[in-house]
Amino acid sequence: MRILSLAGRRLAASLPTLVLILIGVFLLLQFAPGDTVDAMMAQMGGGDAATARELRKFYGLDLSIPAQLGNYLWRLVRLDLGFSSIYGKPVASVILERLPPTILLMTASLSFAFFFGLVFGVIAARGVNRWPDTLISTLGLIFYATPSFWFGLMAIVVFSVYLQWLPPGGFEDIGTVRTGIWRVFDIASHLVLPTLTLGLIFLAIYLRIMRASMLEVLNLDYVRTARAKGLDETRVVTRHVLRNALLPMVTLIGLQAGTMLGGSVVVESVFSLPGLGRLAYESVVQRDLNTLLGIVFVSALLVITVNFAVDLIYARLDPRIAAEG
Amino acid sequence: MSATETILSLDHLSVRLPRGADRAHALADVSLQIASNEILCVVGESGSGKSMMANAIMRLLPNEVKIDGGNMMFEGRDLCAASAADMREVRGAGIAMIFQEPMTALNPLRTIGDQIAEMFSIHTDLSKAEISARVLALLADVRIPDPRVAAKAYPHELSGGQRQRAMIAMALALDPKLLIADEPTTALDVTTQAQILKLIRDLQQRRRTAVMFITHDFGVVAEIADRVVVMQHGVIVEQGTAADVLHRPQHAYTKQLIAAVPPLKAPPPRALAADNILTITDVSKTYRTGGFLGRGARVTPAVKDVSLSLPRGATLGIVGESGSGKSTLARCIVRLIDPDAGSIVLEGRDWAKLSREQVRRETRHIQMVFQDPFASLNPRRKAAELVAQGPIVHGTPRAQAIADAKELFALVGLDPSSGDRYPHEFSGGQRQRIGLARALALKPDVLVADEPVSALDVSVQAQVLKLLAELRQRLGLSIVFITHDLRVAAQICDLVAVMKDGAVVEHGLAAEVFGNPQHPYTQALLDSIPGGEFTREHETAAV
Amino acid sequence: MDAVKRYFRSPAAVAGLLLLLVVIAMAISAGWFYPRDPLALAGRPLIWPFSNPRFLLGTDNSGRDIAAQIFYGARISLLIGGVATAIAILIGILVGAFAGYYGGWVDNLLMRITEAFQTLPNFVLLLVLVAVFGSTLTTVTIAVGVVSWPAPARLTRAEFLSLRNREFVQAGRTLGMKNLQLIFGEILPNALPPVIVYASVVMAVAILLESALAFLRLSDPNVASWGNLIGLGRDVLRVQWYVSAIPGIAILVTVLAVSLVGQGLNDALNPRLKSR
Repeated sequence: MRILSLAGRRLAASLPTLVLILIGVFLLLQFAPGDTVDAMMAQMGGGDAATARELRKFYGLDLSIPAQLGNYLWRLVRLDLGFSSIYGKPVASVILERLPPTILLMTASLSFAFFFGLVFGVIAARGVNRWPDTLISTLGLIFYATPSFWFGLMAIVVFSVYLQWLPPGGFEDIGTVRTGIWRVFDIASHLVLPTLTLGLIFLAIYLRIMRASMLEVLNLDYVRTARAKGLDETRVVTRHVLRNALLPMVTLIGLQAGTMLGGSVVVESVFSLPGLGRLAYESVVQRDLNTLLGIVFVSALLVITVNFAVDLIYARLDPRIAAEG
Repeated sequence: MSATETILSLDHLSVRLPRGADRAHALADVSLQIASNEILCVVGESGSGKSMMANAIMRLLPNEVKIDGGNMMFEGRDLCAASAADMREVRGAGIAMIFQEPMTALNPLRTIGDQIAEMFSIHTDLSKAEISARVLALLADVRIPDPRVAAKAYPHELSGGQRQRAMIAMALALDPKLLIADEPTTALDVTTQAQILKLIRDLQQRRRTAVMFITHDFGVVAEIADRVVVMQHGVIVEQGTAADVLHRPQHAYTKQLIAAVPPLKAPPPRALAADNILTITDVSKTYRTGGFLGRGARVTPAVKDVSLSLPRGATLGIVGESGSGKSTLARCIVRLIDPDAGSIVLEGRDWAKLSREQVRRETRHIQMVFQDPFASLNPRRKAAELVAQGPIVHGTPRAQAIADAKELFALVGLDPSSGDRYPHEFSGGQRQRIGLARALALKPDVLVADEPVSALDVSVQAQVLKLLAELRQRLGLSIVFITHDLRVAAQICDLVAVMKDGAVVEHGLAAEVFGNPQHPYTQALLDSIPGGEFTREHETAAV
Repeated sequence: MDAVKRYFRSPAAVAGLLLLLVVIAMAISAGWFYPRDPLALAGRPLIWPFSNPRFLLGTDNSGRDIAAQIFYGARISLLIGGVATAIAILIGILVGAFAGYYGGWVDNLLMRITEAFQTLPNFVLLLVLVAVFGSTLTTVTIAVGVVSWPAPARLTRAEFLSLRNREFVQAGRTLGMKNLQLIFGEILPNALPPVIVYASVVMAVAILLESALAFLRLSDPNVASWGNLIGLGRDVLRVQWYVSAIPGIAILVTVLAVSLVGQGLNDALNPRLKSR
């Protein structure tokens, strides 16, 4: 229970951060040329000044900025994110529709990157400075330097155009309607390339951190004690090194959550996935600032949630944390 | 003594260091024997190769360091030639090892009981229930309070002494023939050290284990050794029974080491001035940490109503173990920390009440020498610059300040031309001299020395203390000397104050406090000094 | 200087430096090899690489010389990477130094702000900035810099937190040094090495961020940047995939070079046992 209260405290501490973000971005967006009404009018194909004034009054855009901010925050508390001009629907429902593909993509990429990063990091650390290490580290470096969108494009060329093994984009086959397990397979096959693309850079990062962490721990005193007790190398690694080396990795998940969400913007665009990231891109291009703000809010919420989960896991792994609290 | 068998014998053992190290061999041609039921102390300063020998015996040397000669016979087997599998059998069951830092030597993520139980699960086939019973018995054996709770505790939940007991329990779990103890008490408080030494000796006698005890402290040697081996630069310079080596040392280095151990007899008291240059009255400092919105904070009183006075030209020693508050008090005096209450009167001005800006301007009157010779000098500045910084900040033109700095170098026994070198090019003792010169550059009235010799080797300690005494004489310095080592305090302090848990429990003239301690804590402290009788009686070049 | 010697002992670090020099050379020499505007039409569209000696790397959908765009693109990437990194490092050092040194409410306030920047995904913030301020080269560069300062700030703060209680800093205080003197004269020179090494990571990320923006057609369309070209090549991906492939390799090589140099610097400035 102490773990829960500790993580809960951290969660409460991130509330001011959330408010800071919202206020900051809201004020920032005031500097944008043109506002929601301009975008709406562009959608409608033009209109006169009177209509513009009416619309502005309707949406409360003629109030002073502090008043508008107050309005916005008040509506936010009631989870009313405003109205999207391009989709003609409340922002909240647009975002809700687009959330599942993004969450699916992020979960898949994170699992892929974490698992293989861990495995290859351990292998590299065990064979440090010999050929497994050099190979893995070099590959890791190359993956890290690869622009994700470019990798996605090249993957499409190889796997969709030439080999025709996997679909080049989209979330599922629009043509045929599938249900149950076939639908799952279909979605899965559509997600293979995007997962690989998004996960690649993070794979490289986790790999490097795991390797460094393993090497760091392998040099610590208690590993020497374990060897002095007569433990063989494999058990030294599994029983004494692994759990301790995992701690920085777990922290990293929290730190990288935001970056991964940002990465999904690009990946979803490359693979035409109907997710949150692509929605962000669309709202920038079409100047739907309400939706953009809504996405900012939801992104921040997602990151905070992931960090909360990470805090829980970390406290579970490391008994020293509960003591310091 | 009854007939004993040789447990371990090292025969012309040599261990080679990689290219670029400061010498070719970590150990050169080392031969010694350990018999059952005896404690062999291996003594030497840092870099003597004593730890390397322990690692070599366990075949736990780092990759670049290799054994390149000789053999190590244990139970009829040459450990140098043993396979990895063979060594794994020997480690823990035949030869066990305990290390210096119990906090880092135990896995912080696993319970104590778990880690001790691992010994059994590696080498034996006992059932889980039997193993837990044995673990509890072991913990009781090493006299850990409440073994059941301790077994379920994590390392950070125990004190330093308790962690070391747990390590000892773990090492002795399988009744090894030989226990190697690598400086196990160096990181502990004096009183805890005394308890652990007693524990090791008791256990050794009961189980008739052979013990190789590595240390740098001759007091410890006097306390528990049966036989002694003295090492310098990877070579054994002398070995023999404890009585022989301690009282009739043959080799010059041994004599030097023994001479460097400060005796506990205070030198005859000097005449002290009548007026006080520094008067500390009711100084308190409390730390508040943690807490959420003001609740649940941890309150630690670091210094509680301390009152002391320092006569002009005298040296006041403040002695205490870690956590006694002596360092906090020292930092309050120089206003690195702001005391919560009390007054610190120096030459008529109350330092405790000055504003930050006033402190900054008046700081030339009271200067500090720090403990760690490696961390107390900015690695990116040249030595002469470091000494000249203080005067430059207070307005002295740069050329003048550097010239003065070079003079100070000569005063503290350094070559004035070495002022152009960087700190990492000097040895630990030389760096402390630079620190001293820096503190003296502003011509302070009072010098606060916070454990200035604790991080130095024994022989270097003696030199720096001698320097301090000379400077005190020459410059008429008044010194506040903080230390945890009573023997050091006895040498250089006129007055001594003993601190425990933030309060002063006893104070007075050094000769009186050491000769006739009143408070039970002071008495316990004096009794805990390892090799007490030896330390008390041996003569040394008077400081 | 042993640090320089140590740097050159690592083959990876030397390789990285050489690659980086090649990219820099490309950027400098672009004007000589391709004196005309790289975005001007040069020949028939979609010529394959190595098929026409005039266009070594072929031409893109509009008939512009790909090789010219690669050379000029080097300028953009290095420029944006360098300037954005400088902005990020500068802001980061100032924020981190003051937060780490003063602690208390200063630290709290600065860390809240840093956290706010880190909780918001950096690419989303980049999108917002571009939406508000537009897509010229200047605004994109500043935006990338503004998005990247939190990590150097955290690093600097961590260094300051550990250094401010070191005895040589305490010694400086007892000698009577003022706070600013301690921060910039004593602590910062010792805190800089890891931050400088981290600058290579920031630069790598900055180049990747900008090219991603360009790919999405949200960066400056009037300059010849690698990201722009990749975006262009997307339209002809099925057959003339080389239009996207070639600039991507250029980005890869540049980021790889920067990373290797950074790693080399790290190993040179922090010599440890080989097993690390």
